Amino acid sequence: MADGAAPVLNVRDLKTVFKTRSGSVHAVNSVSFSLKPGELLGVVGESGSGKSVTMMSLIGLIPSPPAQVSGAGVDFGGTDLLKASDDELRKIRGARIGFVFQDPMTSLNPVFTVGYQIMEPLRKHMKMSRAQARGRAKELLELVGIPDAERRLSDFPHQFSGGMRQRVMIAIALACDPEVLIADEPTTALDVTIQAQILELMHELRAKLGMAVIWITHDLGVIAGIADRVLVMYGGQIVEHAPVRELFKHPRHPYTRALLKTVPSVRGERAERLEVIEGQPPILRAEPSSCSFAARCPFAFARCLSENPARFDVGPGHDAACFYDFEAGAPRATVSAAAVGRPEFEGGAHAG
Amino acid sequence: MLDDTKSNKVLVEVRDLKMHFPIHAGVLRKRVGEVKAVDGISFDIYEGETLGLVGESGCGKSTAGRAILRLYDITEGTIRIDGVEIGHTPQPDLRKMRPTMQMVFQDPQASLNPRMSVAAIIGEPLDEHARLSKAEKREKVLSLMDAVGLNRDFANRYPHEFSGGQRQRIGIARALALNPKFIVCDEPIAALDVSIQAQVVNLLEDLQEEFGLTYLFISHDLSMVRHIADRVAVMYLGRVVELASRETLFADPKHPYTQALLSAVPEPDPWLEEKVERILLQGDVPSPSNPPKGCNFCTRCPQVMDICREIDPLGQEIAPGHQVTCHLYQTT
Repeated sequence: MADGAAPVLNVRDLKTVFKTRSGSVHAVNSVSFSLKPGELLGVVGESGSGKSVTMMSLIGLIPSPPAQVSGAGVDFGGTDLLKASDDELRKIRGARIGFVFQDPMTSLNPVFTVGYQIMEPLRKHMKMSRAQARGRAKELLELVGIPDAERRLSDFPHQFSGGMRQRVMIAIALACDPEVLIADEPTTALDVTIQAQILELMHELRAKLGMAVIWITHDLGVIAGIADRVLVMYGGQIVEHAPVRELFKHPRHPYTRALLKTVPSVRGERAERLEVIEGQPPILRAEPSSCSFAARCPFAFARCLSENPARFDVGPGHDAACFYDFEAGAPRATVSAAAVGRPEFEGGAHAG
Repeated sequence: MLDDTKSNKVLVEVRDLKMHFPIHAGVLRKRVGEVKAVDGISFDIYEGETLGLVGESGCGKSTAGRAILRLYDITEGTIRIDGVEIGHTPQPDLRKMRPTMQMVFQDPQASLNPRMSVAAIIGEPLDEHARLSKAEKREKVLSLMDAVGLNRDFANRYPHEFSGGQRQRIGIARALALNPKFIVCDEPIAALDVSIQAQVVNLLEDLQEEFGLTYLFISHDLSMVRHIADRVAVMYLGRVVELASRETLFADPKHPYTQALLSAVPEPDPWLEEKVERILLQGDVPSPSNPPKGCNFCTRCPQVMDICREIDPLGQEIAPGHQVTCHLYQTT
């Protein structure tokens, strides 16, 4: 992907805290990343790692209260999304940033036809006439590979299968030609053969339309096949960031390394015994003051318990939030001074 | 790992099992049709082995698991567990058999009573089926908690105080309480996170070795099934389309559906992933209330022939222990 190009989305130091009666939950802790034009950025993590909340936060989809979203800025084509008014955000969501959610049944309205729901953003954002919108809606259904598009426009969501519904969701997300598409576990609820169809469709659509995509998933297999770059999230933070092949070849965070080993494969070698990450993911009651993975980490040493590691550069376009240096096979000697020096993250580094 | 301990004794024998659910419609709730969730499946499970039962949602794999334990009154067929025919045994008489055959459910949240403590949940089967003193029962519950890796101190806690992985351990302990021989694990790891799945799978393997258990492991996760199962049966639309040893099935799948299914699984390795040749199936699974004429898979099969749309293929053993239900391999 175009390395020098200005990012379409630049997130700096994003934090989301949920204030509840039983205390606060720090769901997103100082997350910084950028999205380059045309690339597919994969975001991997387990439930509760903050991957969905991060994406919902930056586009103002998290209700506040109970949530408090703060940060140094979310730059989207010159607009700071954190400072934008509800009105401005509404004009961006669905038009310039499209969404596809995990469960296509609950994210489509059961009482409106599919055609109506695809036409809604076209009429609202693009001010199209009914006839224009209908024509475009038909094109969109054809684009996402739904046969007999004209007739299907007047069908209701329950008349579509799971995979077809997800295609409809993608059609809605793409309706206004967005610059960015955020897909939150779009294939998780689908069967593998249907997932393969949707992934194939995504390859085709990216080649045709060239939008930038953020693809949230817990499935490392999906990531391996579709992503250009990957963010690995744990405990509400980005613990590792690398180009996809670099990540799989040289994982530099103990969590990523462990995760890659716990996943069995249907083609590679079969392990007699699965590797296990002992323990549970953390519950984030306070802003982390130590490494959130330390309790489960076989490499942890004293420093990990007293200081939250910054993201250290470990290779070209590759950083990991870990005090252990896997290349040297020893704890890092230097203090955080060496941390995060990539230009797009200026000001986004947080060392503690 | 289990190859040396595996015996040739058949513990579970399923023949032509059918489970059809009636569809009622209209004011008079007239019977207008039936969902053929399981439509004639046969297989054996050997003592001490794990048979993986895989397929996509709606293929009938969970129904098959439940029907084999007679959680349903089956439509047709025979089920023999440990030499006893239970296919059409009335439910009250089945109670005597229950300790032999147990189940671990998919959703540990839904399958544990939120108002019962862990000790009460694990002890409930003992109340029903065993005559133990209070102290004996307590001791048995605590030893079960040890066996599945739960802290004894948590015996009086309630399910909501545990994480998903720990809840699944509670469900496993309950299934083990009566020293069963055969356990149906119905998607036991589907609701868990990747890092927790491995913990539970390893636990199931350890328990199998320790107690000599036989598993029917139902899952849609082919990579996990490849890890845990000795033999694998693939289901499609209520039928078993292929059954083979793990090595054979994953290395040399014969049925076009198995081939497509395996090719669709994403590979967590970018270099291998690039080389995977995907067989993309067109369309969706037909409704089990109205399966197509001929072979169930004929509407989506990339290698469909004329005969497939007319005649239902029979299961054939194309190599020792390798069964395929497909006209491509029909010799007679």
